[in-house]
Amino acid sequence: MASIKMRANIDGDVTTIKALISHPMETGMSKDSKTGEKIPAHFIQEVVCEHKGNTVLTANWGPAISKNPYLSFRFTGAAAGDTVKLSWVDNKGEKDSAETTIK
Amino acid sequence: MTNLKRRIFLKGSLATGAIGMAVSTGLLTPRMSFAAWSKAAFEATDVNSSLNALFGSSDLEGSDKIKIKAPDIAENGAVVPVSVTSDLSDVESISIIAEKNANPLAASFVLGPGTEGYVSTRIKMGKTASVIAVVKAGGKLYSTGKEVKVTIGGCGG
Repeated sequence: MASIKMRANIDGDVTTIKALISHPMETGMSKDSKTGEKIPAHFIQEVVCEHKGNTVLTANWGPAISKNPYLSFRFTGAAAGDTVKLSWVDNKGEKDSAETTIK
Repeated sequence: MTNLKRRIFLKGSLATGAIGMAVSTGLLTPRMSFAAWSKAAFEATDVNSSLNALFGSSDLEGSDKIKIKAPDIAENGAVVPVSVTSDLSDVESISIIAEKNANPLAASFVLGPGTEGYVSTRIKMGKTASVIAVVKAGGKLYSTGKEVKVTIGGCGG
């Protein structure tokens, strides 16, 4: 399940991570247009980014994050060629992770 | 303003009933570090109870060192790009709140020591409201807001 598209680019000392995750991010408040039944909540709760075993960023998300979430942030202390890992867990316990090399 | 705030806070405590009481009387210590996902904060229906659940405090200090980049008018409330940049030192976390959403707290980012005070994401907004960025830096809470007009709501679908 490749749900994560991620890029890590370094400029000087600063690494910029940009990630797109495929996920429905259902709020639990919307209804199915055909059956009229509520669509159960299904959203990513936590996204963690690690570099060399250190947590660079932990994102706690509610259902108010848009469908197919986008995330970008910057950190220092990495070098080109290092690996960064991004992983997510949703409210149903589904999860995925991906690794990329800093360019 | 103070009165209004207190009122909202009291309303929030009453709504959460026993838990709210327990927190306010100090029986339960509010979660200070929120490595784990805070159900109370994300399910809170007003800004102050959400902040209390997240930080144990809703005392915000306005700061011009926080910048929110978001559209003035969002044509589609389901996808509102929001970037928060902070020049404050020792930033511990950045939270993004859409004031008038059913559950105002959209996201809370906990930053590592080498992480810069910057996050960018896309949020859903039910209606025209302020987007509030709350930055925790050096143990204190700072905030700034930006009004975003929403022409089509993003909650409900």
